[in-house]
Amino acid sequence: MEFVVITMAKIAVMLGVLLTVVAYTVWLERKVCAWMQDRVGPNRVGPFGLLQPLADGLKMMLKEDVLPRHITDKALYTLGPLMAMVPALVTAGAIPWGSQLPLFGRQIQCVVANLNAAVLVVFATSSFAVYGIVLAGWASNSKYPFLGGVRSSAQMISYEVCLALSVVPVFMQIGSLSLCHMVEYQTHHTWMIFMPWQWPSFLIFIISAFAETNRTPFDLPEAEQELVAGYNTEYSSMKFSMFFLGEYAAMFVMSAMMVTLFFGGWSLPFAPFNRPATTLWIGLAHVAIFLAKILVFLFLYIWIRWTIPRVRYDQLMALGWKIFIPLTIVNIVFVGIVLALWGGR
Amino acid sequence: MTFLDTLFWFLSIAMLLSGVGVIASRSPVTSAMFLVMLFVFMAGLFALLEAFFLAAIQVLVYAGAVMVLFLFVIMLLDVRASQQRRVKLLAVFGGVAVAGALAWELILILQQPVRPLAGSDTNLHGGLEAVVKPLFANYMLPFEVTALLLLVAMVGVVLLSKRDME
Repeated sequence: MEFVVITMAKIAVMLGVLLTVVAYTVWLERKVCAWMQDRVGPNRVGPFGLLQPLADGLKMMLKEDVLPRHITDKALYTLGPLMAMVPALVTAGAIPWGSQLPLFGRQIQCVVANLNAAVLVVFATSSFAVYGIVLAGWASNSKYPFLGGVRSSAQMISYEVCLALSVVPVFMQIGSLSLCHMVEYQTHHTWMIFMPWQWPSFLIFIISAFAETNRTPFDLPEAEQELVAGYNTEYSSMKFSMFFLGEYAAMFVMSAMMVTLFFGGWSLPFAPFNRPATTLWIGLAHVAIFLAKILVFLFLYIWIRWTIPRVRYDQLMALGWKIFIPLTIVNIVFVGIVLALWGGR
Repeated sequence: MTFLDTLFWFLSIAMLLSGVGVIASRSPVTSAMFLVMLFVFMAGLFALLEAFFLAAIQVLVYAGAVMVLFLFVIMLLDVRASQQRRVKLLAVFGGVAVAGALAWELILILQQPVRPLAGSDTNLHGGLEAVVKPLFANYMLPFEVTALLLLVAMVGVVLLSKRDME
């Protein structure tokens, strides 16, 4: 019973923090975009426009939910946006947000589900996001959403393979699939990013993560000049904003994976931040460090979006299948040899 | 009934209902989505047995990859043709016969007393090491042969599908 209550509380806190960060990522996106284009950005609602996400959310909820008449399968049409948002929220439960919080005389682990196959669970649940886009494209029953849905499913299937294969070398070094072991290992040794033989893995992972979350330069599913708005053309109101939330939540989760796998998760390489927390304040500081690192990656996502133009579709597929997949396999062999010769463990 | 028992019954019944949904729904896309649900509930059953690795693989491979490709193909085909299908008498008899044979076999097997295999412990193992160690240590050769066979099949498919284009 106690386990159920604590887990429920963890889930509630996690979702609260996650959705707040997601809402403010949208604000950050608009602000950064404005700065890069020499504009002001949202600045009317609250100081620096900080209440803008609240106003946007309220507006989205009050808008009329238009159901176009040509939609025949209403159940699948509604399932689309749900499947686009929920997987990203579920995935966040397998990621360690911090070490532990000593609270009410208990040591509370800062992870909803400490699984021994956490990485597989993350990839498994995040692969569900494809369904959202595919179903939205199909159930919309109109041309451009359908093309967007087909494109996107092909893209996400391709890059899922790269994404999963690119992190294999990291786990060869750790000898575990648990994300908590991952952070523990990096606190004892050094961060993965400081080991040169893991650099290819990191590069392929970060590029595949951009493709997997449909962000620029790989945001082909919603290429405006070709597809109107892609798979979400026929959606309005909260259903539309669910796609939006789903995209930003997926960005958050991918950033969290990068932080956990390569940048030491909640840790910093000096005391008292390089071992599990003993006091509440250090425990909270770990969570803050984790969120700060994620924020850096979210900023990178936004920075790249407003810097680099979109690639062509055939270039995207060629990059995935002809370059990245062979490269990841070579990388696995290469890191295997390095670890065998120099004993990276 | 404990909490885990309740979960078991919930997952089993939900799984069977989604199985019925697969064959009962008219639209192939709905069928495919029911099949995805079935895989997810099945993964839940694996997780109840503390086989988290198997559960994750079940979702990753079947629900995440295989079914997406299925859906992809269904979407590119003309689905209206299959929505107007008629029930054929032969298909009904064949289906009932196969289902009956399977049920009969299952009843025969379930009536047998449970005998653990010689040399194996009766604890259920579905963790990462329990699955992977035999695969890469004890049964390395069959595993590699299977991989090679799959590769040959894949090359064959590519060759067959490309023949028309010459």
